[in-house]
Amino acid sequence: MPQSKIIDISVGLFLLAGFIAFVVLALKISGLTSESWQNTYSVYARFENIGGLKTRSKVTIGGVTIGKVSDIQFDKERYQAIVTLDVFEDIDNLTTDTSAAILTAGLLGEKYIGLTPGADDTFLESGDIIEDTQSALILEEFIGRFLFKAVQKRNDSGNSSANNTSNANIDENN
Amino acid sequence: MNNFLMQLNQFRNNITESLAAIGRAALLLIQSLWFIPDSKKIISLLIKQIYQEGVLSLLIIVLSGLFIGMVIGLEGYNVLSGFGSESALGQMIALSILRELGPVVAALLFAGRAGSALTAEIGHMKTTEQLASMEMMGVDPLRRIIAPRLLAGFISLPILTMIFSVVGIWGGYLVGVRWLGVYEGSFWSNMQASVEFGEDVFNGIIKSLVFGFIVTWIAVFQGYDSKPTSLGISNATTKTVVFSSLAILAMDFILTALMFGDH
Repeated sequence: MPQSKIIDISVGLFLLAGFIAFVVLALKISGLTSESWQNTYSVYARFENIGGLKTRSKVTIGGVTIGKVSDIQFDKERYQAIVTLDVFEDIDNLTTDTSAAILTAGLLGEKYIGLTPGADDTFLESGDIIEDTQSALILEEFIGRFLFKAVQKRNDSGNSSANNTSNANIDENN
Repeated sequence: MNNFLMQLNQFRNNITESLAAIGRAALLLIQSLWFIPDSKKIISLLIKQIYQEGVLSLLIIVLSGLFIGMVIGLEGYNVLSGFGSESALGQMIALSILRELGPVVAALLFAGRAGSALTAEIGHMKTTEQLASMEMMGVDPLRRIIAPRLLAGFISLPILTMIFSVVGIWGGYLVGVRWLGVYEGSFWSNMQASVEFGEDVFNGIIKSLVFGFIVTWIAVFQGYDSKPTSLGISNATTKTVVFSSLAILAMDFILTALMFGDH
C-alpha cells in the first residue's frame, strides 16, 4: 500500500474516533436522550426557604423526573424565593391545586422538588404559579428545635422531681 | 544616570519589539487564512498535516488520559470513601476531566508534541531558505505551508481532547468500579445526572477549540518568525512551548470564570 494511502486511512480513522468520542460523551457520559430535548413549559412556585436547591435540580412526581429547575429569583416585595420549574410539555395535566415541596434525596443528598397533584379540574398552564408550597427542611433548624425541646423537657421533669423531694421534706418536718 | 537611561531605552525597545511581534503574528494569521487556497489542494495538504499533528499525537494523548483518569479515580475514592459517598466518584471524575483536565492537559501535551514540531519544521524551512525559494517560484508559503498547518491544528486538538476525555473517564471507571468496587450503576447514573451536555461537554469542546487556535497560532508564528540559525530554531521551539503553556493556563482561567463562574 502506498504511503499516502496509509496516511489518508489513518486520518479517516482519526476523524471517526473523534466522532465516536463525541457520541460517547453525549450518550454515555452526559446521558443525553431524546427526553433531554423535550419541549417544556414554565410554572413558578414561591418558597419561604429553598435550602440547597439549585438550578438544574430535578422536578419529580412520585419519584419520576418530569422537568427541572431552570431559574431561582428573589422576590423583593415578599422576601421569598421564586423558583421557575420547566416541566415537560406532555405532562399537561398538573392540577391548579398541585403542591410543591423541596425534598432531599437521602439524608445529605441533593435537593429536588416533589410535586403532588391535587383534585381540581383545571390544569396549570405556562406562567402559572403554584401556591401550595412546602419549604426545604433545614437540618440545623430541625436539630436546634429538637435539642431545645429535649432540654426543656429535662428541665421540666428536673424541676418537678425537685419540688417533689422538697414537698416530701416538708411532709416529714410536719 | 547614564546606566539608568540605557536600561530605560532597553525597556522601550523590548516593548516595541513585543508589540511588533504581536502585529506580525496577527498579519500572519490574516494573510494565511484570508485566501484559503483552492479546495482540492488544501484537502490533500490538510490531510497530511492532520496526520502529522493529530494522528501522531494520539498515542501520548490516549496514554496520558488513561493514567490521569486512573489517578483521579484512586484519589477521589480515597477522599470520597471518607464520607461514605463513593457513589459520587463517577460525577467527580467526569466533571473534573470534562471541564478542566481534558482540555488543559490535552492542549499542554499538544503544545509539547505537535506545537514544538511545527515550530522546528517551519524554522528549519526558513533557515534552509525553502520558504524564500518557494516565494521565488511564485508559490505563496503562507498559503502552501502555513494555512494547512493552522487549520489542521484547529481541527486536531478538539478531536484529541474528546478522545482524551473519553479515555480518562474510562480509566477512572477501571480503577473505581473494576478495582475498588464502587457499584457500577450508581457510578454511571450519578455521572449522567450531574453532567449536562450543553454545559459541561460543550464548554469543554469550546475550550479545546480556543486552545487549539492559540497553540497552533503561537507555534506557526514562532517558526515563521525565528532567526534563521540553529540557535534561532532552538529558541523559537522553547518559546512555543513556554508561551503556549502560559497562554493555555491563563485562557483556561478566563474561560472558566466566564463559563462556570456565576454559580
